[in-house]
Amino acid sequence: MAGKDVMIGCAAGFARDRKDSAPALIAALAEHDGPRFLVYEMLAERTLANAQNERRRTPEAGYIATFEPMLRPYLKACVAVGVRVIGNFGAANPRAAARLVAQWAAEDGLDGLRIACVEGDDLLGRVDAATLAATETGTPILASHPEVLSVNVYLGAGPIAAALDQGADVVITGRIADPALALGPLIHAFGWADDDWDRLAAGVLAGHLLECGPQVTGGYFADPGVKDVPGMESLGYPLVRVAPNGSFELTKPAGTGGLVDLRSVKEQILYEIHDPAAYVTPDVVLDMTDVELAQIGPNRVRVAKARGKPRPDQLKATVCIDGGLLAEAGISYAGINAEARARLAVQTIRDRMARLAPGLLLRADIVGLVSVFGDTAGEALAGRHAVDPSPDLRVMFAAEVATAEAGRLLLEEVEALYVAGPAGGGGVRGSLTPRLKNTACLLPRSLAEPKVSLIGAEV
Amino acid sequence: MSPFASVSLYELAHSRSGDKGNRSNLSVIARRPEFYPLLARLLTVERVEKHFAHRRPTAVMRYDLPKLAAFNFVLDDLLEGGVNASLGLDGHGKTLSFHLLGLRLELDAEAQAVLAAVAAPSPVSPVPEDLSA
Repeated sequence: MAGKDVMIGCAAGFARDRKDSAPALIAALAEHDGPRFLVYEMLAERTLANAQNERRRTPEAGYIATFEPMLRPYLKACVAVGVRVIGNFGAANPRAAARLVAQWAAEDGLDGLRIACVEGDDLLGRVDAATLAATETGTPILASHPEVLSVNVYLGAGPIAAALDQGADVVITGRIADPALALGPLIHAFGWADDDWDRLAAGVLAGHLLECGPQVTGGYFADPGVKDVPGMESLGYPLVRVAPNGSFELTKPAGTGGLVDLRSVKEQILYEIHDPAAYVTPDVVLDMTDVELAQIGPNRVRVAKARGKPRPDQLKATVCIDGGLLAEAGISYAGINAEARARLAVQTIRDRMARLAPGLLLRADIVGLVSVFGDTAGEALAGRHAVDPSPDLRVMFAAEVATAEAGRLLLEEVEALYVAGPAGGGGVRGSLTPRLKNTACLLPRSLAEPKVSLIGAEV
Repeated sequence: MSPFASVSLYELAHSRSGDKGNRSNLSVIARRPEFYPLLARLLTVERVEKHFAHRRPTAVMRYDLPKLAAFNFVLDDLLEGGVNASLGLDGHGKTLSFHLLGLRLELDAEAQAVLAAVAAPSPVSPVPEDLSA
């Protein structure tokens, strides 16, 4: 088995990703002669802090609930063709997510399914406020906000590889470096040494290209007339086929929409990158400056020559603090002199809020092309139906407030433009959204104690 | 006057933006490999900094990737606090790649010659390399 290529598909690139990507990936993986895996990347920084809050309220909560429609209907097919699943949807409670999967296994006739969870990323309460403030990177906010809601270190690929070594069919993690979801199975399948920097770097690059799902297969790419993407409705999600030396091909399932070409791969290689010579992960520092791409067939790109440098001594931690509330409200003006009325609305709200809430930082935008004058079928937007050539504008307000009461002040004032503002305003909307802020710290590796537990179907 | 005296960056490259906190990264990927040296000369850090001056970046860095015919621009403190703190609709700065592509480049004679050669029908390779899939 050691000489065979490994194939990995990615069925989700964020927590609210589309739900029906898995069947085409599983069908493609079933055709592959060699180890095969399906990964789910669902954990953004704020998603994790929200999950921590949920777990505090309900001890069995704290995982990403949307993983059920993304995984459960397809789990039987995975087992049938030997596809092993790895996901970070465990969020703040990987153990509870593992117990839930065990329960599905029992209910869905998947006896003997081996489920592992990876814990040890949660350091809340284990690092004091002074240490966090002293190790913060970027613009500091922790010195003035010592009450942190969550502290999670990015774990590496080691615990995932260990769980697979122990026979797990499903591996559920919390905070883990996103590319580790792919690097873990590669270490498991190929037995790469933990100082085989170039191969580890290749695995990280494969994971980096997979981790945002369809962003590498034609999603978030289309620009009509310049970068056209066929079959947007049925975008295929990505697959990599990795050789034992670390070079890999990136593709997508046959019969799906989207595209894989040099342009789509280049856009994703540089996505959320700082220095391309030093992409820091817990397992290796990836240097992508010598990477070579080649289109070797329709929707097939070969990626080679990733280089690696030794892993860092410190691990990045993501830390969340309370961020108050975001108050937003909008109103539309259209037709003759709309711009003047919209501008008058902005000034009216600015003046009133200056009196009611002195010092409030208030933003006003005026958005518009065709909206309230348009129609549900899109005739006006398509230009098949003439509308008044005057602009159709939307005024948006936003403020950061400490309490809901302060936020409602703004929302009520904007709504009152119906009776106390300029002529002809309509379509008021407003919302108060709780928000979190996050920052990062560099902590000693020794603080993290990753733990792998197998949770059998007998639970 | 040459039709290529100035062009928008959009004519020469495509771009995607990403965010990490209050830092934005904007890839610039040459539509054709022959545009890469031209962009390396004309699309300077100073030029990009000026284009985003209204967002007050505190630092602008350019990383060159000749093998990919691409650049990575990193702009610190561009996102008015980032997705968790910005009061704007697009706290991630996801739309900013298209703001960058609107940047107009004044072309020197050498750059104009490159564009003129590309615009002329080529008997060898009528399809851009990247589109050959």
